[in-house]
Amino acid sequence: MNKTGTTSKAPPVFDAAAVREDFPILDTRVGAHALVYLDNAATAQKPQAVIDAVSHYYASTNANIHRGVHYLSAEATDAYDRARVTVAQFLNAAEPRECIFVRGTTEAINLVAASWGRTNFRRGDEILLTAMEHHANIVPWQMAAEATGAVIKVIPVTDRGELDLEKIDQLLTPRVKLLALTHVSNALGTINPVRELIKRARAVGAVTLVDGAQSAAHLRVDVQALDCDFFAFSGHKVFGPTGIGVLYGKAAALEKMPPYQGGGDMIERVSFEKTTYRGLPERFEAGTPDISGAIGLAAAIQYLAKFDHTALAAYESDLLAFATDAVAAVRGVRIIGEAPEKVGVLSFVMDDVHPHDIGTVLDNEGIAIRAGHHCCMPLMKRLDLPGTARASFAFYNTRAEADQLANALVKVRKMFD
Amino acid sequence: MSEELDELYQDIILDHHRRPRNRGRMEEPSAMGEGFNPLCGDELSVFLKMDGGKIVDIKFIGQGCAISQSAASLMTQRVKGKTVPEARAEIADIKALLLGENEPPIAIQERVGDAIALMGVRKFPARVKCATLSWHALEAALGGSGKVSTE
Repeated sequence: MNKTGTTSKAPPVFDAAAVREDFPILDTRVGAHALVYLDNAATAQKPQAVIDAVSHYYASTNANIHRGVHYLSAEATDAYDRARVTVAQFLNAAEPRECIFVRGTTEAINLVAASWGRTNFRRGDEILLTAMEHHANIVPWQMAAEATGAVIKVIPVTDRGELDLEKIDQLLTPRVKLLALTHVSNALGTINPVRELIKRARAVGAVTLVDGAQSAAHLRVDVQALDCDFFAFSGHKVFGPTGIGVLYGKAAALEKMPPYQGGGDMIERVSFEKTTYRGLPERFEAGTPDISGAIGLAAAIQYLAKFDHTALAAYESDLLAFATDAVAAVRGVRIIGEAPEKVGVLSFVMDDVHPHDIGTVLDNEGIAIRAGHHCCMPLMKRLDLPGTARASFAFYNTRAEADQLANALVKVRKMFD
Repeated sequence: MSEELDELYQDIILDHHRRPRNRGRMEEPSAMGEGFNPLCGDELSVFLKMDGGKIVDIKFIGQGCAISQSAASLMTQRVKGKTVPEARAEIADIKALLLGENEPPIAIQERVGDAIALMGVRKFPARVKCATLSWHALEAALGGSGKVSTE
């Protein structure tokens, strides 16, 4: 979105009021106040369609998959396999088998770091990250680096919260074995130029991983157009259940990787002398998977697919611009993260008021935000902040809620003056 | 504003937040303790100058929310000039005041002086650690363990 943007114009046509009807939790009252849920970057709420899909699965289809000869097992297996097809379409993956069901983005990145990383990193190889990564896209690489002797390098961030690409040529050299970066910053909302960086990484022979935890709910993701080797996202941030997520990997990359965990479903033949593994995707899905989660995730994706993406994106962009202006107008507030391309997230600080105190006072008004370092301690250190207050938006949020946020911040200001 | 919120951010707390007492570094302290709350990133260091078994001076530095900073300021006021056993008794009182499952005994409520203002956190479970951080750091300084995490 454009910060100097569109707040004076009428909001684009998108019926948020109708959409809110789909999300039963939005009727929650917090004490005397109606809930204003602005913590969508932490987890998004679930539409009735997702709740129904999960509940219907347990009420009518529950069985273990890929092993039963009976009716229910066949039904459950079919639903699970169809969920994978839905995910593949959502990401525009070339084949469903390139989509591995995992617990979430964190597990997806750990899988790649443990399986691909430990197999391929050699002493002195470089792992290139950015200064705005979530701990989940830092720590697994540190663990792999420690095990292999690879070293971590970091693309810096500007004061405005954008990647500083001035010295990218010095960083992105043939020594870089892997570039792992976030599509959208969870702490700042910055949309990174991932496509361009992937292209440059490929030119020096590096493998690429995109952390899509914050982008999948807002941007249209096309893994083939991005040309990344890996893409990870979490179901619960795209209006699906918790406990399910997806690792997309190019078949050529996944096929060469050793299993991440051993167990049932991932084997071809087991003896005490030797075990052979199945192909994709089963090789990476040891044990009974989160069947209901996969089905719930597919329901969330189908729910999202009902909307015109252009109208939805325009609505979200307008809402973020409106909220940014409203919040920035409160005395003593400073917006953190002023990249021209942002989505979903409004981070800010207030003079002499700690983010946690802001969070507690807002909660008292029924407004849910996140306060703290957002699992981005290196980024907070770079910006020289103990943390920020973060309001994060979904398409069911409204301008009226953004106004409530700003009004509550005025109360915070008065209280701490 | 709700009653609970008023109790959390009562005037004594806001006053200590605006004008923290005994805040700053200490040259050559006799003992030092650090507290860290990994959940919110709050950090606090407590410095003691001991003489004849007494805390003759105390300072704190750190960053954190209004609750953790004012609690630290209140803590330094409470224990300055006290003996080690007296300071330990203060720590025990604060733990009973903030962490006890039941309403703390009136005797304790009366003993803790201005630190009674911290009792407002009892209605905000997520904020209890903010109020106890400095007392844990003091405990670490007295016990010689140096570092303590609230987790």
